[in-house]
Amino acid sequence: MENFMDSLQTGIYQTFILDDNYQYFLNGIRITLTVAFLALIFGMIIGVILALIRTSHDQQQPGKRKSAILGILNLLARLYLTVIRGTPSMVQLLIMWFVIWASARSSDRNLIICAIMAFSINSGAYITEIIRSGIMSIDKGQMEAGRSLGLTYAKTMRYIIVPQAFKNALPALGNEMITLLKETSIVTVIGLKDLTKGAMIIQGKTYQALIPFFAIAAIYLAMVMLLTWLLSRLERRMRQSDIR
Amino acid sequence: MIYVKNLCKQFGDNHVLKDITEHIAPGEKIVIIGPSGSGKSTFLRCLNLLEQPTSGTIQFDGTEITAHGIDINRIRRQMGMVFQHFNLFANLTVKKNITLTPVCLKLMSEAEAEQEAMRLLERVGLADKADNYPGQLSGGQKQRVAIVRALAMKPKLMLFDEPTSALDPEMVGEVLTVMKELADDGMTMICVTHEMGFAREVASRVLFMDEGVIVEQGTPDKIFNHPESPRLKDFFGKVL
Repeated sequence: MENFMDSLQTGIYQTFILDDNYQYFLNGIRITLTVAFLALIFGMIIGVILALIRTSHDQQQPGKRKSAILGILNLLARLYLTVIRGTPSMVQLLIMWFVIWASARSSDRNLIICAIMAFSINSGAYITEIIRSGIMSIDKGQMEAGRSLGLTYAKTMRYIIVPQAFKNALPALGNEMITLLKETSIVTVIGLKDLTKGAMIIQGKTYQALIPFFAIAAIYLAMVMLLTWLLSRLERRMRQSDIR
Repeated sequence: MIYVKNLCKQFGDNHVLKDITEHIAPGEKIVIIGPSGSGKSTFLRCLNLLEQPTSGTIQFDGTEITAHGIDINRIRRQMGMVFQHFNLFANLTVKKNITLTPVCLKLMSEAEAEQEAMRLLERVGLADKADNYPGQLSGGQKQRVAIVRALAMKPKLMLFDEPTSALDPEMVGEVLTVMKELADDGMTMICVTHEMGFAREVASRVLFMDEGVIVEQGTPDKIFNHPESPRLKDFFGKVL
């Protein structure tokens, strides 16, 4: 028992104190959060735009001439969804870095931008479908009411449908955010020093495994719990119109 | 005001409206009755192109709205519509429901629209609900707000699509009262309903539809007291 306590103490010392190793964790958290947060923002932008393209294409009134531009955009969107959802995100990341960014110097900055791009594109595909399911969950009477008053399709979407769709999609969006945050750990394969890579470096230097890996597990858990808490607050605020 | 000519509508192989020709003059209060599936709602929804007619033309106020390149949004501003299921915007308060469209389309300033909304809400006795969300209202209150929302656009014509069919019986009265007042003010109305009492009292003309055609029409007195076609007599035999 005493032996175990001793080795635990050494583990903690070597993991955090020795050579200022705690810096790896701090920098790692910074990089993980940067990649996850920015990928989420861009993924959201991609998702909302593509979801609108997909639904406005599908909702064209039967009997009227269909828009050709919308048809092409919809086709492209579906191609994107198929490819991105059909391939592993690690493969996408490898292609992004070693093929598309092949000539880039492997500076932290480049790696971060590359990772953000890969994850935005990946997450955008899932968010598209989440937002689309939110839009489809809204009773079609809401659209009819807007249109019957003389609002355009776009304005009805903007003021009536999307706000409600977003509210309905929030639990699923939260899920996607959590997945995204954890999924960023695969950036280790391109050598970006995120939180996971930090722990691996410490392991390589000190031969300690237990403390570094449990430490990052705890840190990921704490970040996810924080995110969940923020989301539930947001959800409560958006449920305002549901009071009865 | 509205000329409907040879209007046909089919969903796939299902011919819902068969060659309807009809004229509705300003100030008329048309009530459309008929069994379910007879095409009355579809007919109403074709009038503001919520349903795209398969063939035929509709003229509203001198404009052929079925023509190619017509800005239907501009036309719809002049035709209010009230739905069976109210369709109030669930994410907005009662007041916002009413002011959104006039403000959004820059027809009124925010302050003007708000004033108009409060005036109309006062009229239907719901001024105290202005800041509530639709989910907090009863069915009858929702439908009165829906009527006010349509009226805020100052339409020339009101379309009612079974406005009382989704209401609890004790709430039907309050909605019909508002509609009667509207009729007394001279609003042109087209109303699909199963409320025979309302049809009798308010309608200037009753249309009886069955299987996609207008089988019989006339004053309420003629339709209710002297029905001619066997189909209409049969219908009354079942509902009255």
